[in-house]
Amino acid sequence: MNINKKIAISESGFLFDSLTGDSYSMNPIAVEIVSMLKKDMTPDEIKYALLEKYEVSTSVMEKSVDEFIDTLKNLNIVSE
Amino acid sequence: MSRKKITVATTGLNNTDNPGPGIPVIRGILESKIFDARIIGLAYENLEPGIYMHDLVNKSYQIPYPTAGSDILLKRLEYITDTEKIDVLIPNYDAELYTFMKSADELNKLGIKTFLPTLKQFEERHKSNLPAFGKKYGIKVPHSRPIFNDREIYTLTTDFQFPLLVKGKYYDAYVAHNPEQAKMYFHRISGKWGLPIIIQEHITGTEVNVVALGDGNGNTIGAVPMRKQYVTDKGKAWAGIALGDTNLLKITSDLIKRTKWRGGMELEMIKTKENEYYLIEINPRLPAWVYLAVGAGQNLPEALVKLSLGMDVKPFDDYEVGKLFIRYSFDLICDLEEFEKLSLNAEL
Repeated sequence: MNINKKIAISESGFLFDSLTGDSYSMNPIAVEIVSMLKKDMTPDEIKYALLEKYEVSTSVMEKSVDEFIDTLKNLNIVSE
Repeated sequence: MSRKKITVATTGLNNTDNPGPGIPVIRGILESKIFDARIIGLAYENLEPGIYMHDLVNKSYQIPYPTAGSDILLKRLEYITDTEKIDVLIPNYDAELYTFMKSADELNKLGIKTFLPTLKQFEERHKSNLPAFGKKYGIKVPHSRPIFNDREIYTLTTDFQFPLLVKGKYYDAYVAHNPEQAKMYFHRISGKWGLPIIIQEHITGTEVNVVALGDGNGNTIGAVPMRKQYVTDKGKAWAGIALGDTNLLKITSDLIKRTKWRGGMELEMIKTKENEYYLIEINPRLPAWVYLAVGAGQNLPEALVKLSLGMDVKPFDDYEVGKLFIRYSFDLICDLEEFEKLSLNAEL
């Protein structure tokens, strides 16, 4: 999964799509997920890493990560 | 290096909530590192804010409306050039461009240089000619048709679906959802800007605009695309952001190459969800948001002055994506004597 080349992401979690002019603020978990995507980690690897780090059930984590990645796809921020 | 002293006259000093491009053009020129410019404001109305912005405009003169004709305009400019040596004149309104283009030779005799589109370029990009323009230059344009009386509105459904756009030949555009609304807008716009009124297919998508400058030989001197971030009730950008949309830049440079566009321009486009680009309008001059281009690294007003003076201009090859402009309103306090002087003497 690749982050669109036109996307600029700051360390503070501000995301700017230079193609459309849209911008988004991400919470810390979203920033973590996006930075893992930037490191070419797969969704499964991301879920595993987050499960190791946070106290959360597998089902909640999987659902949350899948939903967030779907949102990123719908906004053309990432593509397969 | 000492800067070259020049005098530049511009119109478009109406820095209101529906601003003319005069003040942003002046700001660009005053930031030039090669020109030390004296600015002459040319105003139609005595309350155009730029007249009273003495830190930007050195002297202002009222000029006759374009409807008075080019002879009267030239007489007024002859009077002005008796006291001012104007090197470059930059008209900033669509409605006055024809008069200035027609007068270019006479202006040249007065020592005033311009860098304007040719009459052919100006005419063929008219809103009423847009379908033919799109076909000739291979650009997608919305279906549109000029109409000359309101009865034609009731025959539109064979060609168009509501909602549709009702547009003036120079300014103003409204979305009409039914024939009654279309008729109301027809009269509102035609009362202000005359006929024809242009009926245009309503394309759904994001409006994206490009400010650009062509050298008249097919080269793009500079271009910056922008998306409006905040829009006034008149549809004017109150804030906007510079985009890194290479498709828009390619469309712009192709168009300038094929038309050999001469001077400033603004492309108004709609980008659909399917990533298709529709040209909805070409404004044949720099737009009121041109200062974003200056802020992003392309001083297009300065480049326009250089082109007017016949200087070599190297095309810009970059700009800062993500640069924003945000307008604000500001109350100028003026003495009655200034208003009185302008009203009585038509100069300040």
